[in-house]
Amino acid sequence: MSTLQSLDITRRSATTSPSPSVRESEEVAKLIDISKCIGCKACQAACYEWNDLRDEIGINVGVYDNPPDLTENTWTLMRFTELEEDGELEWLIRKDGCMHCADPGCLKACPSPGAIVQYSNGIVDFISENCIGCGYCVKGCPFNIPRISKKDQKAYKCTLCSDRVSVGLEPACAKACPTQAISFGTKKDMVEFAQTRITDLNERGYDKAGLYDPPGVDGTHVMYVLQHADRPERYADLPKDPKISPLVEAWKGVAKPVALVGLGLTALFGFLHYVSTGPNEVEETDEEQAKKAIDRPDEKREGR
Amino acid sequence: MIERKHGTVGRYTPGARVNHWLNAIILVLLALSGMSLFHPALFFLSGLFGGGTWTRILHPWLGLGLLVTFTGLFLRFWRYNLWAGEDSLWMRHIGDVVAKHDDNIPEVGRYNAGQKIVFWGMTILILVLAASGVVMWDARFGQYFTIETKRVAAVVHAAAAVITIGLWIIHVYAAIWVKGTVRAMTQGSVTGGWAWKHHRKWLREEVAKEPR
Repeated sequence: MSTLQSLDITRRSATTSPSPSVRESEEVAKLIDISKCIGCKACQAACYEWNDLRDEIGINVGVYDNPPDLTENTWTLMRFTELEEDGELEWLIRKDGCMHCADPGCLKACPSPGAIVQYSNGIVDFISENCIGCGYCVKGCPFNIPRISKKDQKAYKCTLCSDRVSVGLEPACAKACPTQAISFGTKKDMVEFAQTRITDLNERGYDKAGLYDPPGVDGTHVMYVLQHADRPERYADLPKDPKISPLVEAWKGVAKPVALVGLGLTALFGFLHYVSTGPNEVEETDEEQAKKAIDRPDEKREGR
Repeated sequence: MIERKHGTVGRYTPGARVNHWLNAIILVLLALSGMSLFHPALFFLSGLFGGGTWTRILHPWLGLGLLVTFTGLFLRFWRYNLWAGEDSLWMRHIGDVVAKHDDNIPEVGRYNAGQKIVFWGMTILILVLAASGVVMWDARFGQYFTIETKRVAAVVHAAAAVITIGLWIIHVYAAIWVKGTVRAMTQGSVTGGWAWKHHRKWLREEVAKEPR
């Protein structure tokens, strides 16, 4: 997507100076109640429609997932898990897509200034015209969301319909959901609303029901109500405690300025060494000794 | 080879010089393009390559180029860089070298221990950079590696690159500090005095090779 002037920016990739942020908008969130989802894929269709995307016609890979994975054209995907436990079958359907982390790994990994922004409402957006196609965002993401297009080598993912949200509309997927499994509002409201759903689920026997708003990434702006919040990995490997990989933190964190300072100091030490000890020059006596050695190799011991 | 007429000693053939400078140019371009993606403060360097996207496209191809030119340098120079007992002795006198206490420094062959460390350091680092670079080359090889492998590669690549640039700074500084060195790579020869002062054992070997 492109930059939205109506949304202020909290963070900008590869930028160390402040981002435009005089306006503070309230944090928004999408709440996906998995217990209400019927797997109709209306959200997926709405996403294709609103964002004017079409994926390739694929083949049936033996499960209902279609396409089998997120792609540069499929920014949200229903993932179906058939869970058999204690002779009971449970059909868990999770709408996968960007979680819009408060601490976005993609943004931290991105080397191109302003190619990834976090709006002050919490939406993390890829600004495609600034994307250089390096794939660092893929390495930064703890949820394996960004996909690099084979066509233009740029990264794509869910925008949380930042263009709709910026003009006061809800995301296309939330609009299309026939069971209202997807809600959209301020993050505060969504957390409160989730609690009423969780209380309801608890009363109906799902005593482990809970909200998925992982603290490892400082919370997300897409949250799930899970029937089994104690085991999120049941839902097509939703990570239990996602956080930015320590490798990415090492690569993109304090190591960078330390390395630059280290290299700068190496060069500075060289310069200071030069001005303090002076150049290492060949003396006239060296030339004379060399001449002797060259002319009289038999007496090469001389001059030692 | 001793050139009696000028009192100089041949050190690098034209082929070796061309090879070295091609390697040097590519290394500098790699450092500039790599640094531009390494730290936001240096992103402006990507402008030298036509912007961020072009930098991302060109960098790995330059890397392949370096692999070729460095292989040439390696094949030319590896046998002169084998570690000898005297190198360990020289290393113990590194303080005297830095402080210019020349009388305390043991005699040196074609390369001193510091040069050999740069040679083998570069050899190992360039291999590490090439291997990790392939894993990071998403446009070509993205589908062959897992994200976790790519993360490891990114850290290794960045760390190896920083050490390489550090070694490069030392290499360049040594050439600037030790007067009379650069002409070895621009003209191919050094003065007899330079050879006597810095690589006396090598000078004796060169003299011994001469027909009487």
